[in-house]
Amino acid sequence: MTTPEERIAELLRALPAPPAGWAEAAKELPGVRRELDTILERIERDERFRERAVADLEAMLRTEGVEPTPVVVAHLRRRLET
Amino acid sequence: MDAASDAELVSRCRAGDQAAWEALVDRYGRYVHAIVARVYRLDPHDAEDVFQEVFARVFERLDTLRDGDALRPWIAQTARNCAVDSLRRSGREVPVDDVPDAVDDALARLDEALTVHAALDRLSPECHEILDRFFCRDESYRTIGTELELPSGTIASRIARCLARLRDVIDPRETEEGRKPESSASGGQVGQR
Repeated sequence: MTTPEERIAELLRALPAPPAGWAEAAKELPGVRRELDTILERIERDERFRERAVADLEAMLRTEGVEPTPVVVAHLRRRLET
Repeated sequence: MDAASDAELVSRCRAGDQAAWEALVDRYGRYVHAIVARVYRLDPHDAEDVFQEVFARVFERLDTLRDGDALRPWIAQTARNCAVDSLRRSGREVPVDDVPDAVDDALARLDEALTVHAALDRLSPECHEILDRFFCRDESYRTIGTELELPSGTIASRIARCLARLRDVIDPRETEEGRKPESSASGGQVGQR
């Protein structure tokens, strides 16, 4: 028979903290999105910049000082497609 | 931890409040991690990508959430969708699709765990910390003793005492209807590491 304390302990163990850095990266999303919005605006008004983005998105982001994480790249690709 | 309701957090996030967004990530980070890593068993690399993808979608689509109090099930559904997409992309089997009840059961358990975890915030900082270290961060008595400058001999009893307090916070009726003898709430079931 499981005591209430054992059940509570079991439930506490069911939610370990995510590995270091995961939550911190997610918290930075609003800032990253602002940077991406700036890049998207530039893509819309600068044809050569757009060509660079389409040719090699990751390289363009690095040049602009943005880490091309999978989430950032996926987000930008979605926005470029719309 | 921010004590605001989910609806309040959502409203503040929509208004561009960075602290509210950070509180939302703090509140649901463990939950999303458990869904992608434990329920769907993604490998650590995919789990991290999906974790970020879930919060990116939540952030982008927060305006579409009609009822802020529905945040938890909405995040759960977003995490499910992202995890299944990841499994399909990687060509791995999606066993959980065949047994949706198993996923529902696992998510129901995580919902319950999230409620228990939220109750930790209503304990003293000392109790919160020792329970979090032992049960959530899986730290040993030795590590806890060193970090918190506690004699290792007192850690088991302190964990048991804090666990009993947490039980009272979660369900005060347990206390009113008759607390178990102190011995049953002592370190016996804690299990030394």
